[in-house]
Amino acid sequence: MTQSYRLENIGYINRDRKISFRFNGRKYFGYKGDTLASALLANGVHLVGRSFKYHRPRGFLGAGVDEPNAKVQLYKENNTEPNANATEVELVEGLIAKSQNCWPSVSFDFGAINNLLGKLFPAGFYYKTFMWPKSFWYKIYEPIIRKAAGLGIAPLKPDPDRYEHKYEYCDILVVGSGPSGLSSALSAAKNGARVILAEDKPRFGGSLLTDEVTIGNKKGKEWADEIISQLKSMPNVIVKKRSQVFGYYDHNMMVMCERTKDHIENPNEFTPRQKLWYIRAKEVIVSTGSIERPITFGNNDRPGILLASAAKEYMKVYGVLVGRKPIIFTNNDSAYDTAIEFKKNGINPLVLDTRLDSGSSVVAEAKSLNINIKFSYGIANAKGYLKVKSATIGKLNSDRSSFEKLENITCDCICVSGNWTPTVHLTSQSGNKLKFNDAIDAFTPNESRQSETTVGSANGSFTLKKSLEEGFTKGFELSKKITSKNEKSVSPHSNERSYDQHDKIWCMPLPKNKHYKRFLDFQNDVAVSDIELAVREGYRSIEHVKRYTTLGMATDQGKTSNLNGMQLVSNIENKVIPEVGHTTFRPPYTPITIGAIVGREVGKHYRATRKSPMHEWHEKNKAVFVDAGLWLRPRYYKKGEETLFEASKREAKNVRKNVGVCDVTSLGKIDIKGTDSAEFLNRVYTNAWMKLPIGKARYGVMLREDGIVFDDGTTTRIAENHYHMTTTTAQAANVLSHLEYYLQVVWPELDVNVLSTTEQWAGAALAGPNSRKLLSKLFPNIDVSNENFPFMGYKESELFGVPARIFRISFSGELAYEINVESNYGVSMWKKIIELGKEVNIEPYGTEALSTLRIEMGHVAGSEIDNRTIASDLSLEGMLSKKKDFIGKRSLSREAFTNPNREKIVGVVPVDKKTMIPEGSHLVKDSNASLPNPKLGHISASCWSVEHNNPFSLAILKDGKNKIGEKLYALSPLKNKSIPVEIISSHYVDPKGERARS
Amino acid sequence: MLEIKCPYCGKRSQNEFSYGGDASVKRPDLEKEISDQDWDNFVYFRNNPRGKHSELWQHISGCRQWFKVSRDTVSHEIFKTAKLNEEL
Ligand SMILES: [Zn+2]
Repeated sequence: MTQSYRLENIGYINRDRKISFRFNGRKYFGYKGDTLASALLANGVHLVGRSFKYHRPRGFLGAGVDEPNAKVQLYKENNTEPNANATEVELVEGLIAKSQNCWPSVSFDFGAINNLLGKLFPAGFYYKTFMWPKSFWYKIYEPIIRKAAGLGIAPLKPDPDRYEHKYEYCDILVVGSGPSGLSSALSAAKNGARVILAEDKPRFGGSLLTDEVTIGNKKGKEWADEIISQLKSMPNVIVKKRSQVFGYYDHNMMVMCERTKDHIENPNEFTPRQKLWYIRAKEVIVSTGSIERPITFGNNDRPGILLASAAKEYMKVYGVLVGRKPIIFTNNDSAYDTAIEFKKNGINPLVLDTRLDSGSSVVAEAKSLNINIKFSYGIANAKGYLKVKSATIGKLNSDRSSFEKLENITCDCICVSGNWTPTVHLTSQSGNKLKFNDAIDAFTPNESRQSETTVGSANGSFTLKKSLEEGFTKGFELSKKITSKNEKSVSPHSNERSYDQHDKIWCMPLPKNKHYKRFLDFQNDVAVSDIELAVREGYRSIEHVKRYTTLGMATDQGKTSNLNGMQLVSNIENKVIPEVGHTTFRPPYTPITIGAIVGREVGKHYRATRKSPMHEWHEKNKAVFVDAGLWLRPRYYKKGEETLFEASKREAKNVRKNVGVCDVTSLGKIDIKGTDSAEFLNRVYTNAWMKLPIGKARYGVMLREDGIVFDDGTTTRIAENHYHMTTTTAQAANVLSHLEYYLQVVWPELDVNVLSTTEQWAGAALAGPNSRKLLSKLFPNIDVSNENFPFMGYKESELFGVPARIFRISFSGELAYEINVESNYGVSMWKKIIELGKEVNIEPYGTEALSTLRIEMGHVAGSEIDNRTIASDLSLEGMLSKKKDFIGKRSLSREAFTNPNREKIVGVVPVDKKTMIPEGSHLVKDSNASLPNPKLGHISASCWSVEHNNPFSLAILKDGKNKIGEKLYALSPLKNKSIPVEIISSHYVDPKGERARS
Repeated sequence: MLEIKCPYCGKRSQNEFSYGGDASVKRPDLEKEISDQDWDNFVYFRNNPRGKHSELWQHISGCRQWFKVSRDTVSHEIFKTAKLNEEL
C-alpha cells in the first residue's frame, strides 16, 4: 500500500530508509524516524482502537505523551507488550502492533453494544449497579466486568529484556529541550555548571521543531541543532534524548527513564531495553512545555478528530497530512499556525473560530493567504462512525448557549485547539502549590518548595522571546549560585508571529433535543453528561468528581482532560476554578515499565545470597537448601529417594542415638570488648552477668523496652574484657543495631565496643551421645571429660594447626559442642569432622532435624519468640533477675503482663498419636462451636518426635499452665482439619536436661 | 528518597540509613523508681508534630553511627544533622 498521505520535502524522517510493519494483520510501509502513529496516518489509518467503556471507535488525538486513545499491543519474538502509546512507539523494521480492547476486530467490535446501552453506564455506574445483590458479585458481575474492561493483554512469559539502573549527580538538571530548556542548559553550562539536559522525544528542540520562528539568523530547528551540538561538545554536560524525567522526589531526587533499545534495528544481546536514572540535582529547571487543550462538542471522539498542534507536528516533523479536507476549530490564535501549514502544503482548510475576530499577525497572515475563516462559529456535532465524514457547524448566538443555524460541512479531519495547558506535573510533584492563572486559564507554578525553577511555556510564558529570556536568565542565575562564576550568556534576538487573547469557551452547546455525547476524558470515556450528573448528585470538590467519574484517572493522567473537567464544574457551579480546587499530580508523569523499576534486581539478583564456607560440601552431599533470611542453609541431606519427612527423621534419630553435625555458621556472632562489657551485658540481658568466669558461656534472653522477648542466645567470656555473643540467625542484624543504640545513644559512658563477626567464623555443632568421643579425636590435646570441660564450658585449641574455639552448648538437648574456626578453614574443619566421625556413625543434619530436636526438647525459637510473647509465656521466668534492672524490666509489672491467666508454652500431642498438627492451627474447646470460635491458643511449631515416634507440637496457650492434661481441638480451616489433642508439658524429651550435662 | 548528611561520612542517600525515632526521648535511669504513667510515656507515647522534628537515624550501611537529624515532617526538609554529643 502506498503512503498516500505522505508529503514530499518536509519533515525530519529519513525517506531513504523504508520500513515495513504490520498493524492489525495488514502490512504497511513507513520511514525511519516515523512513530507508529505517523506511519499509520501516512497510510490514511486513523482508526486505532476502541474506547474503554463504550467500545467506541477511536483515532489519534495527539502526537506525543498526551495521547489518550492510541494504546496498542506490540508483538515481539514470543512476547508481547500491552498499552504501548502508538504516538511514542518508534517505527522499526518488522514491528507488529494490534488494536486493543476490541473483539472480534477494531472495525466491528461486539462490545460497542455498550455504546447503545450508554444510558446504563452513567458516572458511578459500577458503584451503583454492582452493589446488589452481593452474591452476584463473584459469579456474575466480576467475570463480566473483567472480560469487558481493561486495555491490553498482559504478557504471560518472563520479560526477556534487560533493564539497568544508573545513579548520577549534577548541578542542574534541565527537563525538556524546547527553547527555554536549551537556553537554560546552555547558559548554565557556559557558566561552569555540570548540566544534564533530558529530552523525552527522539528529537531535540520541542516547539522549535514545528514553529515558524527565527533565533539569531537561524530557523528555530537549526538553532536548536546548533545548541545541541555545542552542549554535546562540553565536558560538563550530559545530553540525553528518549529520556523521560517522570518523577520529582524529595531533596531533588529526579527519576528518568531512558529508552535505549526498542528503536534500534539490530540491538546487541546485552543492550538494556531501558535505563532508569536516579539523578540527584542541586537545581532542577523544569522546561516541559505545554499541551494543547481540546474543545468538546458532540461526538468529538470520532477518529479523524485531533489536536491542531498534533496535525501540525505530523506535517512538519513527519511530512504527513492528517486529512485533505480539514476543518480547524479553535478558540485561539495558535491553531492558525496549523491552518497556514495546511495551506502551504496545498490543502484548503476551513477555520471555525469562536471569537468575533482577532488582530494578531498570525490571523492576518492566514487572511492574506485567503484561508476561509468563519468567526463566532462552533461545531455542534461530528458525523461518521469509523472516521469523521462531516461536521454540523453553526454560528454561536451572543451568549453562546446555542447555535443560530446549523449546516453540515463535509470534512475528513477536524483539528481542534482550546489553547494551551502548561505541563506542570513535575513542578507540582516537587511540592509547588500551583496557582490558577486567569490570563491563560490554566495552572502555573507558584512558590517553589524545593530547588525547582520552572521556565518557558511550562511557566505560562507562551512567547518564544520570553521563553528564551527566562531560560538564559535562570540558567545563569542558578549556575552562579553553584559555581560562583559570572559568565553570562545573552538571549539572542528572535522573531515570531504574534498571538492574541484566547476565548474562554471549551464546551459547545448541544442543539435542541440532541443528546450527543461530548467527551472530556477519552481514555476513561468520561463525557460532559457524567460530570453534570456527578455535580447533580452532590459532588463538589474536583477530587471527588474525579474519583466518582474517573475523569483524569487513566494512564494519561488527564493531560488533555483535567482542565476541561474543572472548567465544566466551575461553569455549572458558577464558581471560579480555584474554588473548585485542583488535583495534585503524582509520579510517574508517563507510564513506566515494571522492568525499568525493577532493573537488574531480578532472579538471583533480587537480593544477596549468603552462603557458609561449607556450602559446596553441602551441595555435593545432596543437601536441599532452605532460605533463612539471606542465608541458604541445608534443610536436609537427601539419601536416595527420601522425602523431607523421612530424611529429617533419620537425621534427628541419628543425633539422639549417635552424633550429628550441623552447619551453624549463620548464627549471629558479635564480638564485645571493653572494661564495661559485663555491666553492659547485665543491662541488655535479663539474667546476671557480673560473675561469669572467664572460659564459661551463659544462656541469655534479651527484651525490648516494652517487655516483649527480643532474642536469645549464649554469650561466652573469652577473656577479662572480651565476650563472644551469639544471636539467632534471623535477629543478628537487629541485635547489633540494638546494642549500638544503647551504647551510642543511651549509655555512651560505658566503655564497650561491639562488632559483628558472623562472617569471620565458620561454625559446626556436634550433637549426640558420641560427640565427646569425636571431640577427643579432633582435639587430642584437650581433656574433654565432663569434669574438665563441663556443660557451658569454653576452650580454645587448635584444629590441624588452626586456632579453634570450642563451646559446650546445646540446642538439641543432647551432649553437644560447637566448634568455630576462621571462615577460610571452615571446609577443612567440616571435612575433618566427617572423616573422624565415621567410626562413631556421624551424619550431617539440616535445619529440619534441628527443628525437630529443639521442638521435642521444648526449646523456644523464632516461632515462639514471635514479638508477642514475654519471658513467662515461654517458661523463661527463671531467667528474669530480681536483683538488678535490665532493658524492658519495668514493663513486666504492667497489668497485662502480670495476669495469672496469661499464655504459656505447652506441648500438644494428637489423641490418635498419628495426625500431624498443622502449624498455625487454633486451639479451641469445642470444634463445632458457632463462629467465631473462641481461640485459646495456637500451634507454634510441629514435628514428628523421633524419641516417642509420634507427632508433637508446641503451642502458646491461654492459661496453659493450668491446662495440662486437658483435651482440646486443633482447628486448621486452611487445611480443613479438626484434630482432637491433649495438652502436655512442653518438655517432651529429657525434661530435666540431663543429657546436655552428662 | 531523602539525602541525609551523616556527620561522620557526609551526604548519602536515605537507603543507607535506618530511622530511629524521636531524639528527644530520654530513657529513664536504671534502678530508678518510676510511675506506670511515666514508663508508659517513655515506651509508647510520642509526639507526632507537623513540621520540625528532631529524630535519630543510624548510618546502618555506612559508619553505623547513630546521630541526630532535624527534619520537617511535611516537606522533608532537613535543617541540620549533628553528632549525638552536639547541639541540633
Ligand atoms: Zn556515616
